[in-house]
Amino acid sequence: MTTQVTPQQSPAPAKTSPSPPRKRQAGGKNTDRILAVLSPVLLLVLWEIGTRSGLLDERFFPAPTSIFGQMITMIQDGQLWEHTGASIQRLFLGFWLGVIPALVIGIVMGLSRRFRAALTPLISGTYPIPKSALLPLILLVFGLGEMSKVAMVAIGVFYPVVLNTVSGVLQIQPIYYDVARNFGASRWRVFRTVALPGALPSIMTGVELGAGLGLILIALAEMVGAESGLGFMIWNAWELFQVEQMYVGIMVIAVIGFAVALLVKEIARLLMPWSRS
Amino acid sequence: MTTADSTTTNSTLDPTTPAKIAITGLGRVFPVRRQDVVALDDINIDIPAGQFFVIVGPSGCGKTTLLRIIAGLETPSSGQVTVAASDGDRPLNSMIFQGDSIFPWMTVWDNAAYGLKARGAPDSQVRDTVGHYLDKTGLTHFADAYPHQLSGGMRQRVSIARAFANDPEVLLMDEPFSALDEQNKTLLQEELLRVWEENRKTVVYITHSVDEAVTLGDRIMVMTARPGRAKAFVDVPFERPRDVLGLRHVPEYGDMVYEIWDHLRDEVKQTQQAAAAHAGGRKRRLLGKR
Repeated sequence: MTTQVTPQQSPAPAKTSPSPPRKRQAGGKNTDRILAVLSPVLLLVLWEIGTRSGLLDERFFPAPTSIFGQMITMIQDGQLWEHTGASIQRLFLGFWLGVIPALVIGIVMGLSRRFRAALTPLISGTYPIPKSALLPLILLVFGLGEMSKVAMVAIGVFYPVVLNTVSGVLQIQPIYYDVARNFGASRWRVFRTVALPGALPSIMTGVELGAGLGLILIALAEMVGAESGLGFMIWNAWELFQVEQMYVGIMVIAVIGFAVALLVKEIARLLMPWSRS
Repeated sequence: MTTADSTTTNSTLDPTTPAKIAITGLGRVFPVRRQDVVALDDINIDIPAGQFFVIVGPSGCGKTTLLRIIAGLETPSSGQVTVAASDGDRPLNSMIFQGDSIFPWMTVWDNAAYGLKARGAPDSQVRDTVGHYLDKTGLTHFADAYPHQLSGGMRQRVSIARAFANDPEVLLMDEPFSALDEQNKTLLQEELLRVWEENRKTVVYITHSVDEAVTLGDRIMVMTARPGRAKAFVDVPFERPRDVLGLRHVPEYGDMVYEIWDHLRDEVKQTQQAAAAHAGGRKRRLLGKR
């Protein structure tokens, strides 16, 4: 079985400070921050100059300013909202459709050796299949409608969550189960007060990985059989040779990916106040 | 001070009063690589209600196994344990575990309330009882804190509050202070006795520290090295309530400690020799393979 590496409970920044004195370190951090903003800005400026001067082929690398212009047009005529909304909706539905069974199956597998023995070969056997290879099959089964896209996301989310949940439950110290038994906790209470919270740090890692994978798969699924969504928008731009629109799509997907990762981290922080420093 | 060497019967009870905890002919065998290892052999103990019973033994003598059997967390291979119940609602036992056993994902309050909530005690009872024991253990201001914000000593106080708040028939303690430093240990022993004095429940306390046994116990059972048997029973004459530090001034304290050590010395040596022989055997096997 593939074991997912899970970070320790505390998502707080590591406290180990390297040897240089504090003042210099603080200055160093500011420089780091400036550099982090400066480098993408510099790239955009170079890109702009490159395109305008003709060093870069405008057909493939339209100037950043014209990409932003295109973006504003698409926001104004509502096109961008429509596609972004469609993708986010599929992502949202598919996410829950993948996470809920993954959590239940994962915790039951973690708690019961029998279930683990029975299901591990199925899950580890199908895990290495590239999910993109399943797209034609999914289209065949669910048709070209919404369900095929939602199913793709669900499949992507399911695996990392189920695998991380199992390993999260298995990592819980046996003493906590002894305590629960000694204090007369029912099976449901053990599930709720020991297995679920104990595995939560690992589960959230799985959710973060799963959400990322879901985003990859939604873009892919929308390129093949959809009339809306960011994947469709990018594909459509290729067919119509509207390169600016293609870049807008890519940028929006990047922003969604970033936002989802932040959101998952924030939810993890709220769900696990005990690991806050 | 009465000592009964290597006896199997030790009842100090009037035959008419039933023991709170009665352990008869208890044995436990672990199968290890097609070979049976006897961890506990023919343990017979009668503990009267309200006694603070301490079990001392060398490491690996099976004392934790014995406690886990009393707790119902493990099953004996032979013999039986009976805990007399005074009323049906009360849980038979609550354990204070060795090392960190409080849930890191629950606040101090929720940890202390765990047993009461698990058996569906009414909210008002949970509030009063948990509040009382958090107060007794000096944790009232930390009720909303999470374990990672507390020191090791504080965490063990939560464990004490949790067990006492559950209001069991008997309390079981498995080397609860072994991970603490000397100063914290003394403080917590004092606190434990203070909380216990309130209603003097029957306690079975496991330790490897002779000092701790003499300080806390009414009666001490010294165990042999593996297989774990009862080697001696020693009554501790000190009055209660006890002053944990003041006790060390009392001349009899030293005598008691010496007496227990005398029983224990050979057992500890034997454990060391067994470990050395085991290590030697492994070394030989490894060398033989080459």
